Amino acid sequence: MIFIEGKMNKLVSDLDVAIADIPEGAVIAIPGFFAAGVPRALLGALIKKGIRNLTLACGCGPLVGASDELRGLVANKQIKKVIDSYGLFRSASKGMKDPFEQAVRTGEIELEVCPMGTLAEKYRAGAAGIPAFYTPTGVGSVVEQQIVSNIAANRTPKETRMFDGKKYILEYALIPDFAFVHALVGDTEGNLKFNMTARNFNPVMAAAARCTIAEVENLVDPGILQPNDIQTPGIYVKRVVQVPRAKFAITID
Amino acid sequence: MSPALKHFDGVPREMIALRVSREIPDGSYVNLGIGIPTLISDWIAGRDIILQSEIGMLKTGPLADGESVDQDCINASCQPVCYLPGSSFFDIVESFGMIRGGRMDAVVMGALQVNAHGDYAGWANPARGLEVGNIGGSMDLCAGAKKLFLAMEHVTNSGGHKIVDELTYPVTALGKVNMIFTDLAVIEVTPQGLLLKEVAPGLSAGDVQSVTGPRLIVSPDLKMMEF
Repeated sequence: MIFIEGKMNKLVSDLDVAIADIPEGAVIAIPGFFAAGVPRALLGALIKKGIRNLTLACGCGPLVGASDELRGLVANKQIKKVIDSYGLFRSASKGMKDPFEQAVRTGEIELEVCPMGTLAEKYRAGAAGIPAFYTPTGVGSVVEQQIVSNIAANRTPKETRMFDGKKYILEYALIPDFAFVHALVGDTEGNLKFNMTARNFNPVMAAAARCTIAEVENLVDPGILQPNDIQTPGIYVKRVVQVPRAKFAITID
Repeated sequence: MSPALKHFDGVPREMIALRVSREIPDGSYVNLGIGIPTLISDWIAGRDIILQSEIGMLKTGPLADGESVDQDCINASCQPVCYLPGSSFFDIVESFGMIRGGRMDAVVMGALQVNAHGDYAGWANPARGLEVGNIGGSMDLCAGAKKLFLAMEHVTNSGGHKIVDELTYPVTALGKVNMIFTDLAVIEVTPQGLLLKEVAPGLSAGDVQSVTGPRLIVSPDLKMMEF
């Protein structure tokens, strides 16, 4: 490994250094689709750091997939709010025993639920400098009426508009303070390549956040990742940290 | 409930899935929801049908086991899958772009309730006692599907209607359902109402009506469900 000194070298020594400046109350994007592509090592570091009042902006159940990490965050009382399309266990009986769902029931943690494609587009709009957009998804459901949340005071009404005789819902961009992303390969300039279906929300969250921190299974020098193979260009990535390839259970049960 | 139904277990879930698969023409791009719809993939293996997984995969292969399991290659139900010659991976924006953009020829979902207008409820069961639930990709899939099929049990575990006059559960989508496949019947949603096209072997139209809320229009060429 050739370490090139300079501002564009984004490599940091370890996970603790990578997240050192995250303050209490931060909004952190957590990619992953159930078990695939979840930044588990960074979530582990977040539990160790212990900062509270966090909003975790998700896409499709990364905390259902990484249930050990979720349990740690809940036990530490670090979470204020979760935004997700699929944040609860599928089985109601399992959910009743789950500390996260219990905290949602009591209102100790807020859960805001959003259709998955709308969430994807909220991050994309945030990444692309578009403040809001109209979507047909959710018309006729409660999603059209208001923000769906367990906290009644936060059920803000939504606007709609007709285009060519069809109704659409106005949805707003989401720009997280931080994003944790998980890549198969990353170079020291922050260029990333993801693996198969572990890609999911990683590229769009990396592009949407003000500060993106990438954990990479394989760290390489610039030039090893070929220009044609880079899926997230380094411009979106502030810090890169190498993590071992973890083996985990592929399950949402 | 009619006397005949008291002694009838209904068509098994696998056979509901088989019946749905017969309704999907070759050359279709299809997305399958969690539950009975997932079982359809077993029946279309080898056919000229491509499965989309909203996690970000086209031409999703069969379930993987043993050596072929890779934790980074899963379907939208979090099951390890194989990829095939011609498979592709993409990110979530691309995935929902093709879904909302109207590229799915058929989408098959499970449901908690459906009515005669083709409105359906599936994302939250009020019995759970929460104001929130798991929407996942269901509403996007309904918004973009060329054809929306429901594959579901005809009644609840306690025998209550799931095909109802009025939805009492939170709506997933209004007026989008084209056909309903259950363990008792095949029903088409038409502008005139629910058209009963097929009944499970041994049942009559009256038997199906006895566990269905809205009045069924019985097709003049009512058939037995074919597998």
